[in-house]
Amino acid sequence: MSIRERLSGNEAIAYAMRQIDPDVFAAFPITPSTEIPQYFAQYVANGQVNTEYVTVESEHSSMSTCVGAAAAGARAVTATSSCGLAFMYEMLYVAASARLPITLACVNRALTGPININNDHSDSMGARDTGWLQIYAENNQEAYDNYLQAMRISEDPRVRLPIMICQDGFITSHAVENILLEEDAAVKAFVGEYNPENYLLKHDNPLAVGPYDTCPYCMEHKVQQAMAMKAAKEVVLEVAADFERTFGRKYGFFECYEMEDAEVALVLMGSTAGTAKACIRKLRAQGIKAGLIKLRVFRPFPMEELAAALSHVKAVAVMDKSEGNSGCGGPLFAETCAACYDLPVRPMLINVVYGLAGRDCRVEDVEKVYRHLLGMVETGQTGPRYLHMGQRSNVEEVL
Amino acid sequence: MSSTMTEIRWHGRGGQGAKTACLLLADAAFASGKYVQGFPEYGPERMGAPITAYNRISDTPCTIHSNIYEPNYVVVVDESLLSTVDVTAGLDPEGAIVVNTSQSPEAIRPLLRGYPGRVYTIDARTISEKHLGGYFPNTPMLAAIVQVSRVLDTGRFIADMEASFRHKFATKPQVIQGNMNCLIQSMKEVHGA
Amino acid sequence: MSRSAKDINELIPWQEISPGGEICEGGTARLVHTGEWRSDVPVWERDKCKQCLLCAPFCPDSSIPVTDGKRGDFDLDHCKGCGICWKVCPFQAIHMEKEVR
Repeated sequence: MSIRERLSGNEAIAYAMRQIDPDVFAAFPITPSTEIPQYFAQYVANGQVNTEYVTVESEHSSMSTCVGAAAAGARAVTATSSCGLAFMYEMLYVAASARLPITLACVNRALTGPININNDHSDSMGARDTGWLQIYAENNQEAYDNYLQAMRISEDPRVRLPIMICQDGFITSHAVENILLEEDAAVKAFVGEYNPENYLLKHDNPLAVGPYDTCPYCMEHKVQQAMAMKAAKEVVLEVAADFERTFGRKYGFFECYEMEDAEVALVLMGSTAGTAKACIRKLRAQGIKAGLIKLRVFRPFPMEELAAALSHVKAVAVMDKSEGNSGCGGPLFAETCAACYDLPVRPMLINVVYGLAGRDCRVEDVEKVYRHLLGMVETGQTGPRYLHMGQRSNVEEVL
Repeated sequence: MSSTMTEIRWHGRGGQGAKTACLLLADAAFASGKYVQGFPEYGPERMGAPITAYNRISDTPCTIHSNIYEPNYVVVVDESLLSTVDVTAGLDPEGAIVVNTSQSPEAIRPLLRGYPGRVYTIDARTISEKHLGGYFPNTPMLAAIVQVSRVLDTGRFIADMEASFRHKFATKPQVIQGNMNCLIQSMKEVHGA
Repeated sequence: MSRSAKDINELIPWQEISPGGEICEGGTARLVHTGEWRSDVPVWERDKCKQCLLCAPFCPDSSIPVTDGKRGDFDLDHCKGCGICWKVCPFQAIHMEKEVR
């Protein structure tokens, strides 16, 4: 029986961590994820968990601690944001390439600079090629539910890759909203024990982890790792199906909202999805066929599935909450374009970079994007493909 | 491989100067107006571990950026490698191999896994100890491969090397003559069969 | 999928290589006979050796075995012939010779 509560996103993650009772928590604070180790420290102090709570001197060390713990057979977790994630960069690759299932709660915050503590996705987007799975949440409920599914996916022998459970800093991490929590026993039963085949502290079966990999071997390991990321797709869906059977809430690679007959659609990740849904309800009331794809799983990227879901749409705006600094669009746009390339009939595709460094995105802003898409459909002209929205300007901007 | 291109593979041990010799050969070929490549195969730096280095020398630009698998010539800077490394792998039967050893070409040939081409030997240890006062096999081996391959005009090569040594050892002019003697004796003493 | 050092070689396809390069053994450096890299070999002159044991900790390859407080002859499977022992020996009880194979 689910428990009706009201929690912030950070509280929800800490609550899930308490229920799972991981072996090791490597803790280093950084806004806006600080509350996660802070709340968890209280659980440790209260004796509510058996976790080894390791306070370290930096995020590089917190990820190193997780790497060591996971190699030793422990279930290891941490939480971070922004430059904390950037400081882990080297160790993120070590964790993934050593095939260590570590769970990282990423509370998305802008990367410097200029220095800013508010939300965008530039931190986790910067880590998109590190070999970590990445799952994004719209709200505190999804952050909680994704966290409960994380270890089942990451620890699966077909995957053996670390996982990042992302939510929008402040917007969901610090906002108290209604949430359904699950019973401790039910969560423990769902997540299960971590039983790796090999680990360092196994007396009769010694193991060497992370050896120097010379040229004749390293590419084979990288291909194997890449194939594990590919294999993670079916595991994500299997775990989601079991989650739905157990707790009743449905998840997939992405959520299609009003997409069946949509003529114009957005593709985006995170908390803006809720704002976009409100906008869609308003537009639908006016007879406008607007839809939304809220991408949940960014790594592995559900290329074929996303293309199929967009195949009947006339015009699509991909909303990037990070600036790719490519001069031609953000990372979500690049990957969505690539996904659509093989469609026999492609939708018109534009990129809207928005919400950088906490710039707010209102229902009215989302509506502007839909109106722009409708204009594209009407004229048949895609027009400029790389747009920014929400910035002050001394000229009239497209959005 | 273009008909005007010569490809050379060096086998040595970390710290013996095979890479340096390879780069010196590229320098010398460059000085005589050739298009050149000189590059080692990089790995962990380990003194004594087998290493490989490569040269391409051509009258037209070298644009290939891969290792050399079918060289015209092979230089073995340390004869102890003959038992552990397949030094003649892919070596052109019309080409040649040069080995640093005090033994004769006839004595070395049985160690070359049936290689049918020309085999040359040079006692780089004795020559370098005599002229340079220590075991520095790279200058003798450089001289030997130029002599054997004729990839460069030998007279021009000697003149270029002298200029190069004068530049390199500007603060130690006393070692220039030793290096030149070492070079010239090596060109004379490389024996083939 | 074998994860023992002896079964890891340059012919293994990616499907069969151990994940992350892990090796289900310890101390596998012993299997690499770095002695093959040697050009010069150290020779221990027992009669000159005072068993001061200065050489053993200087050896970068742990190739001077010490048992019951006394050094034994070189572990030539792993000695790379660097000559550090020869340099540090205060009693000239080690000299270097050209390796003959």
